[in-house]
Amino acid sequence: MSMRMDTALATGEPVAPTDQIDALFAKVSANHEARRRATSLFLRGSVYAGAALTALILAFLVGYILVKGVPYLTPSLFEWRYNSTNVSLMPALVNTVLMALVSLVLAVPFGVGSAIYLVEYAKRGSKFVQLVRTTTETLQGIPSIIYGLFGLLFFVTALGWGLSLFSGACTLAIMILPVVMRTSEEALLAVPDSYREGGFGLGAGRLRTVFRCVLPSAIPGILGGVILGLGRIVGEVAALLFTAGTIAQIPSFGASGFAALFDSARTLAVHMYVLASEGLHVNQTYATAVVLLALVVLLNLAATFAAKKMSKGNNND
Amino acid sequence: MTNMMLETAKGIDYKPSLQKPAQANPVPADREGAVAAKMGVYDLDLYYKDFQALKKVNLEFPENRVTALIGPSGCGKSTLLKSLNRMNDLVEGCRIEGEITLDGADTRRAIDVNSLRRRVGMVFQQPNPFPMSIYDNIAFGPRTHGIKGRSDLDEVVERSLRDAAIWDELKDRLKKNALGLSGGQQQRLCIARALAVRPEVLLMDEATSALDPISTAKIEELVGELKTRYTVIMVTHNMLQALRVSDKTSFFLLGEMIEAGPTEDVFTNPQDERTADYVAGRFG
Repeated sequence: MSMRMDTALATGEPVAPTDQIDALFAKVSANHEARRRATSLFLRGSVYAGAALTALILAFLVGYILVKGVPYLTPSLFEWRYNSTNVSLMPALVNTVLMALVSLVLAVPFGVGSAIYLVEYAKRGSKFVQLVRTTTETLQGIPSIIYGLFGLLFFVTALGWGLSLFSGACTLAIMILPVVMRTSEEALLAVPDSYREGGFGLGAGRLRTVFRCVLPSAIPGILGGVILGLGRIVGEVAALLFTAGTIAQIPSFGASGFAALFDSARTLAVHMYVLASEGLHVNQTYATAVVLLALVVLLNLAATFAAKKMSKGNNND
Repeated sequence: MTNMMLETAKGIDYKPSLQKPAQANPVPADREGAVAAKMGVYDLDLYYKDFQALKKVNLEFPENRVTALIGPSGCGKSTLLKSLNRMNDLVEGCRIEGEITLDGADTRRAIDVNSLRRRVGMVFQQPNPFPMSIYDNIAFGPRTHGIKGRSDLDEVVERSLRDAAIWDELKDRLKKNALGLSGGQQQRLCIARALAVRPEVLLMDEATSALDPISTAKIEELVGELKTRYTVIMVTHNMLQALRVSDKTSFFLLGEMIEAGPTEDVFTNPQDERTADYVAGRFG
């Protein structure tokens, strides 16, 4: 059709008269309108259904755990020391926070630093950048049990750190590094070049331009990566069984200082796994799940708050 | 608030660090008599990879005058502007031959790039305030160049905003985010930000093309005032703007500098037929 029209135009022959085209539209529009309405109704319906289903599943999951778990949130569950009668989750709770803290302290500087290098310093689209990107994407897809095995062989055995909080944190740091790095990279790429030009144009060097002009507006994106990483840390079991062990005790920082980092430490997720596999404390397992859920929400809020503080003045007020 | 105080502020050497050497090329006279060239471009060839964007360009920018660069899109005028403060360094595959001088000193050999960019400030086509407060936007440059004291910074911020004729509009909202301003205000903020490092030359890359006529008029008026203290070099697509604002005009076509001279002469009595066609609106 368009070919013929083009030829007609090119050769200067008269194209189809307008009333002919009008007739064409009149013929089509009668049943087309009805069909289009039906399609759009169907599409809108399925989109709503999808959203509703997702929300429903989440609500059911959370509701189920709350109903099963909340009645068993007894004071004995929060006793400072764990024993097999009270199955206290307190040591695991503290260990989880410690584990998350140490892992993030190890992973975030490396991740954000590499992202800054890739986006701001390396030649864009160079072979090396491609290689690093492919590598991180591959690392992201590796099952956590393999990280666990690596941690067991390297940190626990080869370096002789034993089953410990620090071995676990190092393993988890490697595990979340690709997530933090990739999201930071995307966040930095999304910062408009005009910020960089503005910085350079005022005679600021690259370092200053990156840290003062570019990074602040990338913080929300970077935070997204940190939260994703946090979620994986808090929920990780497999890798930690191999590297951090299952001793339900808070590392003895009071007695041995930082050497306590080399104590074995059971996190909440591992604690849940152990309780569930013993099968003796199903109700307490649900109660622990409630606490784990609350902890995730709390940590996310804390991370958001921290990012707000860091990018202060960036928000419109 | 006064110039005196600013000049005593620590950290910035306001005087050109290099003395003017004897001029190799004659300085073009304008209608107000001979004026020294603040910046000069001599036999400039500029390549983006294999593409030659500028061909043997020779041009001088008289001190305390507004020079307009005009020409159709892709003629190399923005490229020339960006090479004056070495923003082209950021473009991959960009290669420059020839000489660009500031007060007679070679900008690519004799002057550190960051101090060059301080002395040759730039205002971009799209207003590009940083996502921070108005105050921090202005203070960014001075802080970069070592001014730390709160009261010193206050002085610089007020002075710069006054120079950009936007102090009265913004003085009560210095702590607000700069992104909340209108486009015209943002652009004047960017001018103030550029002025805050006490540049000697101000480059304006189609600085009004994204703005409404009223904001444009304000900025044109501002440029007229700024030239008493700065050398202004502007790229514009708006011929009337060049006519209204500039003292010297230079016409570019396909990477070549076709004609340069006092603005009135270029518009009323162009020497080259292509210039005549362009300023008459017959192409471009």
